[in-house]
Amino acid sequence: MTLTLSVNGKAHRVDADPETPLLYVLRDDLQLNGAKYGCGIGQCGSCTVLVDGAAVLSCVTPILLLEGRKVTTVEGLGSLDNPGPMQRAFIEEQAAQCGYCIPGMMMRAQALLQADPGAGEAAIRAELEPHLCRCGTHMRIVKAVMRAGEWMRQNAQSGGATG
Amino acid sequence: MRALRVLAGLVVLLVLGAAAFVAFAWRSQIDPVDPPAQASFDPALVTRGGELAALGNCNVCHTRPGGEPFAGGLGISTPFGTIHSTNITPDPETGIGRWSEAAFSRSMRQGVDRGGRHLYPAFPYDHFTLVTDEDNRALYAFLMTRKAVAASPPENRLSFPFNLRLLLAGWKALYLREGPFQPDPARPAEWNRGRYLAEGLSHCGACHTPRGRFGAERREAAYAGAEVENWTAYAIDAASPAPVPWDAESLTQYLRHGWQERHGVSRGPMAPVTANLGAVPEADARAVAVYIAGIMGAPDQQRRARGEAALAAAQGESEAPLAVRAGAGAGGIGAAIYASACEGCHSGRRPPPFGGLNLHLSTAVNGPNPQNIINVVLFGLPAAKGEPSAMMPAYRGVLNESQLVALLDHMRERFSDRPAWTDTRERVAATLRGERRITVYRMDGTTQAPPESSMRTTP
Repeated sequence: MTLTLSVNGKAHRVDADPETPLLYVLRDDLQLNGAKYGCGIGQCGSCTVLVDGAAVLSCVTPILLLEGRKVTTVEGLGSLDNPGPMQRAFIEEQAAQCGYCIPGMMMRAQALLQADPGAGEAAIRAELEPHLCRCGTHMRIVKAVMRAGEWMRQNAQSGGATG
Repeated sequence: MRALRVLAGLVVLLVLGAAAFVAFAWRSQIDPVDPPAQASFDPALVTRGGELAALGNCNVCHTRPGGEPFAGGLGISTPFGTIHSTNITPDPETGIGRWSEAAFSRSMRQGVDRGGRHLYPAFPYDHFTLVTDEDNRALYAFLMTRKAVAASPPENRLSFPFNLRLLLAGWKALYLREGPFQPDPARPAEWNRGRYLAEGLSHCGACHTPRGRFGAERREAAYAGAEVENWTAYAIDAASPAPVPWDAESLTQYLRHGWQERHGVSRGPMAPVTANLGAVPEADARAVAVYIAGIMGAPDQQRRARGEAALAAAQGESEAPLAVRAGAGAGGIGAAIYASACEGCHSGRRPPPFGGLNLHLSTAVNGPNPQNIINVVLFGLPAAKGEPSAMMPAYRGVLNESQLVALLDHMRERFSDRPAWTDTRERVAATLRGERRITVYRMDGTTQAPPESSMRTTP
C-alpha cells in the first residue's frame, strides 16, 4: 500500500506494507542512512529518530503509526556545509569513534534539549542511558551534548534557529 | 440558668475528654544514647540483620531516587498528603544514631519514634509490630553499622487534621494489633515462617490489600489486590488473575529471580521487592511462597483447565511458522499494531525473561484494569545495570491515545476470556497527560533503590 510519510520536512510517497519498520523505509526507500540498524529489537538505540519531537526507536516502530506525524532523522539536523548545533558539537568534541551509535545518540539528545533546553549533565546521562556505545566514547558524547546545549541556548537568546 | 449549667457541664466534659485523650495518646521519650561503636555489634548479627532488612524492603522507601541508601527523603503520596521517609542511617543528628535498641524496637512494635512522637502508618508498623525482639535486635545491628549520612527529609505535607500526630493514637486503637507474631503450632514450621514474614516484616499486604477510609488495610479483603503508585498490585488470594495458577514452586522462582517463564517478569514497585528477595536465603523466599500459595488455595478443575488452555494457546503460537503476516489491517488498527510492533517478541520462541511473555499467559492482560500494560507499553522496562535482565523498549514517543486504546482493546479481546475493560481510554489519557504519574523501576538486582535515571515519569 502507499502511505505518505513526512520526513525532515518533506512529504514522501512510500510504497510499503503498513507493518514495515520505519527504519527500513528510511534506509531502503528514502536512502536516509543516518539511522542505523543495530539490534533490531529496540535495545541499543542506534536507530533513534524523532517523531513529533520525541525520541523513537525506528526499528520497532511500524509506519502504520506515522500517518500525519513529523519524522526527523539526523540528516534533518543540518548538512555537511551547514551542520546544526548538535552535529557541530559532536564534530568539535570528536565524539565519534566508529560512529555507529552516534546518530541515535544525537537524536535522543536533540529531543531532550528541545524539551528541556537547560538539561544538565545528570539529565543528559540519564536520558542517553538506553543507548549503547561499544567504543567507549561516552565522555566525549556527554561533553558534545552539553556543548550543543550551550549553543542552542545562545542561539535561542540571540533569536537564531535552534537547529 | 439551666442552659448555662448544661453548657458548663459540656465544656467540663470536653476538657476532661481532651485531657483523657492526650493522656491516652501520650508516649514518653526514650533517652538518647551515645551512638554505639560499629565494632560493638556481632558481625553474624549484622549479616542476619541485612537479610532481614532486605526481606523488609527498608531500602525501597528509606532511599530517595539517586540518594544514599537508608538516608530517607522519598516522598510517599497518600490520600491524606505526602509523607517523606526518614533517615535511618546512624547519623546522630539527622538519623537514628542516638536511638537505643529499645527505642528502635518500640518504633517497630508501636509506631512511635524515640522522642515519643506517633509515626504515620506509611511506615508499616501495622505489619512490623509482628517482628520478634530477636529480629529487631538484628535489624538494629544492621542499621547502626551502615554509613552515617547527614540528611533530613523534607517536611511532610498533610492537611488538617491529619497533620496532628496525636490523633494517630486513635488510628492505632482502631487498627493496630500489637505483636509479636504468635506461630500456629498446628501448622508446619515453613508455613509459620512464611506467615511471619509475609504478614510482618515483608508487609505484602501493604500493597496487595485494599485500604479503607482512614488508610488502614481492610482485613476482610486481605490480599484482594489494590492500586499503588498507579501500578496495579494484583490479587494474590483465590481471585489471582494469573492465567496459569501459581504454586509454591513457581512463586519461589519468581520471588527469588524476578521472573517466571509462565507468568512473566516483576516490574513497577514489585521490581525492587524481587531484587531484594534475590539476596536473602532461599528458604525465606520459599516460606513466603508457601504461605502465599496457601492463601491462593489449590486451583479447582475449572481454574486448572483455564491455565492449560492458556499454555496450549501460547505454545501453539510460538511453534507456528514465522510467516509474514499479510493483511495486518484485517483485525483493525489494534491488531495491526500488535502484529507489527509486539508480536515479534511476544509470540516468539524465546521465553521470558529475555523474550517477551506470550500474552495468553499474562496476568496484566487478564487483570482488573489495563494500567500495568499502559505503563509498560509507554515507558518500557529499563534494563538492569551491569547484569542481564528483561527489558522492553518504550513506546511513549510514538503511540497516541487512540492507537494505544485500540492496542489494549485488542490485547484484552484476543488474549483474555474476561470482559472488556471499561476505563481504558480514561486511564490512557490521564497517563499520557501526566495526571497519573508513573514511576518506572529498573529491573535491577543490585541497586539499593530506584536511581534517578530509572525514575522516568511522563513528560
